[in-house]
Amino acid sequence: MKTPGCTGLVLDEKLIFEHSDPGRKGYSLPELDVPKAALPSSLVRDEVSGFPEVSEVDVVRHFTRLSTWNYGVDSGFYPLGSCTMKYNPKVNEVAARLPGLANVHPETPERLCQGALALMYELQGALAEISGFSAVTLQPAAGAHGELTGMLMIRAFHEARGRSRRKVLIPDTAHGTNPATAALCGYEVVPVSSDGVLGADAVAAAMDEDVAALMVTNPNTLGLFESQIREVCDIVHAKGGLVYCDGANLNALMGIARPGDMGLDVMHFNLHKTFSTPHGGGGPGSGPVGVSDELVPFLPVPVVVREGEGFRLEYDRSHSIGRMRAFHGNFGILVRAYAYIRSMGAAGLRHASEMAVLNANYIRARLEGTYHLPYPARSLHEVVFSDRDLQGGCHTLDVAKRLIDYGYHPPTVYFPLVVKGAIMIEPTETESKEILDEFCDAMIAIAGEAAEQPELLHEAPVRTRTRRLDETRAARKPRLKWKG
Amino acid sequence: MRYIPHTDEDIREMLQAVGVESVDDLFSEVPSALRLDRPLDLPQPLAEGPLLKELERLAAGNATASSHLSFLGGGAYNHFIPAVVDHLISRSEFYTAYTPYQPEISQGTLQAIFEYQSLICQLTGLDAANASMYDGASACAEAVMMAARATRRRKVLISRALHPEYRQTVASYCRYLRMDLVEVAFGGDGATDPDDLARLIDDETAAVVAGYPNYFGVIEDLAALASVAHGEGALLVAAVAEPIALGLLKSPGELGADIVAGEGQSFGIPLAYGGPYLGFFAARQKAVRSMPGRLVGETVDRDDRRGFVLTLATREQHIRREKATSNICSNEGLCALMAAIYLCLMGKAGIREVAEQNLAKAEYAKGRIAALEGFSLPFAGPTFNEFVVEAAEGAAAVLSRLEERKILGGLALDRHFEEMPKQFLVCVTEQNSREEIDALAEALAGGKR
Repeated sequence: MKTPGCTGLVLDEKLIFEHSDPGRKGYSLPELDVPKAALPSSLVRDEVSGFPEVSEVDVVRHFTRLSTWNYGVDSGFYPLGSCTMKYNPKVNEVAARLPGLANVHPETPERLCQGALALMYELQGALAEISGFSAVTLQPAAGAHGELTGMLMIRAFHEARGRSRRKVLIPDTAHGTNPATAALCGYEVVPVSSDGVLGADAVAAAMDEDVAALMVTNPNTLGLFESQIREVCDIVHAKGGLVYCDGANLNALMGIARPGDMGLDVMHFNLHKTFSTPHGGGGPGSGPVGVSDELVPFLPVPVVVREGEGFRLEYDRSHSIGRMRAFHGNFGILVRAYAYIRSMGAAGLRHASEMAVLNANYIRARLEGTYHLPYPARSLHEVVFSDRDLQGGCHTLDVAKRLIDYGYHPPTVYFPLVVKGAIMIEPTETESKEILDEFCDAMIAIAGEAAEQPELLHEAPVRTRTRRLDETRAARKPRLKWKG
Repeated sequence: MRYIPHTDEDIREMLQAVGVESVDDLFSEVPSALRLDRPLDLPQPLAEGPLLKELERLAAGNATASSHLSFLGGGAYNHFIPAVVDHLISRSEFYTAYTPYQPEISQGTLQAIFEYQSLICQLTGLDAANASMYDGASACAEAVMMAARATRRRKVLISRALHPEYRQTVASYCRYLRMDLVEVAFGGDGATDPDDLARLIDDETAAVVAGYPNYFGVIEDLAALASVAHGEGALLVAAVAEPIALGLLKSPGELGADIVAGEGQSFGIPLAYGGPYLGFFAARQKAVRSMPGRLVGETVDRDDRRGFVLTLATREQHIRREKATSNICSNEGLCALMAAIYLCLMGKAGIREVAEQNLAKAEYAKGRIAALEGFSLPFAGPTFNEFVVEAAEGAAAVLSRLEERKILGGLALDRHFEEMPKQFLVCVTEQNSREEIDALAEALAGGKR
């Protein structure tokens, strides 16, 4: 079987602190052209103890070697479910580094940063069109930050009407950020069980006038479209509640259907998922939020508005929830997302969603006989299997680790929580049929190994620089910094 | 589309394998009433060349330190970024990976974050730093919430000299958490007023929050603030918006701060009109289990080889859900990597030298401006690389006069401090030559007649 996994020369590398040699330097500064100045000695520290003393070459080689121990989308297939690990276009990286975009100070007077404001205004408009919402704020720095922004707006909306509601309904398939966010807004979380798809009956049974909002993800984390969403929204609205949508899975729907048209009131986007901006090893992301008409007054400040031919930042908005961070948003990420939308156009975005859904369904068709599929409804952009039928005492974690030996990044594992031993695969649209076939061949081979040579799974990975790591030891006696 | 590899033949074969007739059939679960019945209304797609032209057009509409002399600071700083930083973070093994959930193929990210955490601990003088937060303001809000959890108290005293956007962010985060946020006045020296603090603090107080340096550039007496806070069982949160200062100033940890929340943009991260930046966050060892955010810890693998993993995850939302210490998931990983690379390059000598240059340049500028008729420095407290100037003719008039000479002379303070229409905040970094500072002084003087 053809797989990308192979072994090559792996270079070892110490901690940067272990390279340190007194007197070595990795920087250059111009000679000081003004008189030296001093602060009162009571304010001044000794040298920063522990800081490394290394040359530029040391630093370059160090981080280059570290990079080779990583696996990114550019290394190969990265089907991490719910994270939409699509290809990150290189022209977007060039765009974000244009000096006129990368070097603008956030406090530049508005009349001198019209280009930046125009880009933000255009991007707001494009996201509103794609999602069907009335207005979009670009301020939040990530998806969870967008959730907090959206849920604070919901709470502010209720407070403005003199309602003190205490509860938020959250389906059992939700991301952990949903309940954590609701709690940050002072709400009590009420779980709603779903049978794969959220039923209007279940929501009706849980809904009352003490419920501020329902938080849904559509398509949900099982990769299923919430087909009763319209009815669900009607039920929540009838009792005065609002519906929050976690937009993590918008990659299934661009140009197909719009959350704002389904009755949803607020949604965050993940520009680092749907709109191709890099995940950066854990961020920076960007989490804009779209809202329906009645929530527009509560948007965080500042809001980018058009005024005649120009643009400005509007701060004076009496119902605003305030600001969620300093300055105006993760602008560098906004530039990349804008470049992506302008590259794709309407037809390109729709085609991306269609191919993302086709890829997930193709994987499902190829693996369905081998791995247990807990929910039979038609998948959209991702598919969730379980380890129920695995033999040889092997579990989801073993499959994940064995996939590494075959040369793949594993899928998301053990999430969503409603599926025991979940294996959540999201291929995205940027992978070809050949890649999917190779991956599926590997998954099928691994299931065979589980039955015949389970030790291959239990021992995996064996081709990486480090083998399975002792997480229990890390947590029991935390070592969170270099101790010299 | 060059990002999507499917040929017509691929699509046909794949549909057949799935067992449907058409791509449309894949969406059968989406009720037709919810389908969009028209194409999205977006501009026509652009090829790579025209796209870059369009972005260059937008870029040309913005002023930068190349088109103008810039003395803007106020939480975002124009420092030199060594070429190495962007080269290394452009290794796509770093920037196209995600959160290191699978440690065996993420050791690059994990070791780099471990080194970043170590560097932040060394700079702040605290025991444990997390893997990053969104920015300085949101990190400050997380610090306030952590202090409330740790002390089981709800009153927080926030210096009015703390960055105003940090104060506003704290207020948004705490809006529905039944917290009592109280402002502490600043005195004639531009530092937090110790008498006002002593008057407001009590045994209900969870934390005292102050900038270090503060928004006016003034170096707060953290040891004194810590002593007042600790006297009532409260924690001291130091918010560091300009961490280059920590190359020179006593570390907040050494002065008694319990939590340090700061903005790491100064460490090799482009200004980028306000983001992405880097929230850094550090606390004492005993509080580590109530910290927000991801933590990387050292461990060993099955062959006893040193390696790193995400650890203490039971604090986090994906395990703890509504009882998590924070809702944060994605952080600013690549920006933390930029900071780590920057700090390694600067090293022990460089972080000191760049801090000393900032101080020297700002002191030189203070001297030049204070000598001008019609201008004065209203605050007497010691400063690092920013300071407040008072102009007899009013801040707005001065700044617009400078702008005509292509000088961004500073930030008018009346947007955040109504009582300060004549004051503006000037920032001078190692990027500003003596010649530039002289030009600023001459331009200021030029308008007095």
